[in-house]
Amino acid sequence: MTIVRRMIHPIPPGTRDVLPDEMRELRRLNRRLVDVFEDAGYGEVATPAIEYDEVLSRGDRPSSASPYRFFDENGDLLALRSDMTVPIARLVATRFADAPLPLRLCYLASAYRAVLPQRGEMREFVQAGIELIGEPGPDGTAEVIGVLEAALDAAGLDRAVIGLGDADLYRGLLEEFGVEGEARDAVLDRLATHDLVGLGIALEAAGIGATAAETCIALSQLRGGSEVLDRARELGGEAVERTVVRLQETYETLVDRGTAERVQIDFGLLRDLGYYSGAIFEVYDPAVGHVLGGGGRYDDFLSGFGLDLPAAGFSLYLERVHVAQMEEESRRRERAAADV
Amino acid sequence: MSPRWRRSHDGVNGRLPMSSEGGVIGGPTHPEGPLTLAVPRGALFSETLDLLDAAGVDTAPARGDSRSLIFHTDEMTLVTMRPSDVPTYVEAGAADVGITGKDVLLEQSDRVVYELLDLGYGRCRMVLAGRRGDERLGESQRRLGMMRIATKYPRIAERYFEGTGRQIELIEVKGSVELAPLIGLADGIVDLVATGRTLAENDLEVREEIVDCTARLVANRVAHKLRAAEVDDLTARLRAASQVGGGR
Repeated sequence: MTIVRRMIHPIPPGTRDVLPDEMRELRRLNRRLVDVFEDAGYGEVATPAIEYDEVLSRGDRPSSASPYRFFDENGDLLALRSDMTVPIARLVATRFADAPLPLRLCYLASAYRAVLPQRGEMREFVQAGIELIGEPGPDGTAEVIGVLEAALDAAGLDRAVIGLGDADLYRGLLEEFGVEGEARDAVLDRLATHDLVGLGIALEAAGIGATAAETCIALSQLRGGSEVLDRARELGGEAVERTVVRLQETYETLVDRGTAERVQIDFGLLRDLGYYSGAIFEVYDPAVGHVLGGGGRYDDFLSGFGLDLPAAGFSLYLERVHVAQMEEESRRRERAAADV
Repeated sequence: MSPRWRRSHDGVNGRLPMSSEGGVIGGPTHPEGPLTLAVPRGALFSETLDLLDAAGVDTAPARGDSRSLIFHTDEMTLVTMRPSDVPTYVEAGAADVGITGKDVLLEQSDRVVYELLDLGYGRCRMVLAGRRGDERLGESQRRLGMMRIATKYPRIAERYFEGTGRQIELIEVKGSVELAPLIGLADGIVDLVATGRTLAENDLEVREEIVDCTARLVANRVAHKLRAAEVDDLTARLRAASQVGGGR
């Protein structure tokens, strides 16, 4: 029987101490990831964990706003960052405004988010990622995905898959169908949570007719290899065509670069961060049921910081990648044992 | 088999240990083994098995009075569990897909699962009920500005009364909720009603209808991406079978 002592000096739920066994593995993983980024020409930067709330909230959407805000000794409102994309946009605007483009930066940093009670979610977690600024799609997108693939390889996740989608698809599609206001928000919400039953009801309530509704639902289920581009095209419409062209260009660039193998085209992909436009992606590993990370293009985002530059990036949740690493390792061990 | 860890700090669970006899090996990026389907025991159990049979999934192993929880068919692994556990297993990816009631999904709306299909059966209503002919609910609301509501569905009840601008004192119970208003624990109850018989036998009546619930097919979001062909195939077969069954 093991007796576990109570913590005399507690730490908040959703935070944790990392002890040597785990730290050793995390450090190894960290080093591999940053080596991949540096080898690809991405220089590592660090920014403060606390910034002025006014600057961070230029991320603009509720999902990127920080849940942790406090006053400093001068009465200024500070906040803990909830991701690294906003701080890096701020850094680029202030320190690299006249630098030659494209700019390649990477980071390994803690970020902070609110958690749901009793769900084991982390308030403080580590993200490893890159930002490519000043290189438009599809070349920029393909470069970022290439680095992401190299990072997954370095982590030993050779079964991981990258889902590639388009953030503008449904906004464009609904505009085409003339769905606006609350009806539009309801449809986008159901698409984001992938509630197909609710989506059907929301589309019916929006009054766009059965064919248009079916197009929308069918699109959200299209995912796979390059063949889904043709199937999407058959569904017709300008917004779909724009997305297909864009995805096709990106996909072909990936094929040319020899980095398309892990990529799954996914018309149902939506990321909850509001700043994305154009290509978006997510990372999955078959050994774990959770998303390991993601990213995309945010071409309009830097204008909020006074820079009119295209940009793209991704971030991996370090702790989740570590979980996937361990699951894949034990799977390999089991299979090796079964082969003997 | 090596011991499996469960990492609690970030909510990422490992998969259930699966039998390796399937031997279905895809390419480097293909998940292995048969699709795992979470099947709800209890009220939805027999209709779920009937629907699966109609969809061409052999459920014979799961019928009968075996105490086993896991059943292997040719194409799928059926895992049986309480309906309210289905979103938990599916969200974590321990089951790739699952079937459960909309009431469960509404009560656990923070679980990230993809809701793919309304299966049409298991239809029931979430209602607010009070004692027949008794004005406690109205009187508490009018004179105290607040009702005491007993329920097994605290989040659905909370959302409903918040959405309709009424203050309640929520009393969560685990067992027969009908008891609460009968002996003065609560003014009314929020509960799931299929035929209304239990309500009638306890001298309760429906006052307000909150939402209609039926059985739903849900999927883990990673399985939905990485096992797309299998998930789509199962969805199509279940859709066809549920329409033939006249559920909708």
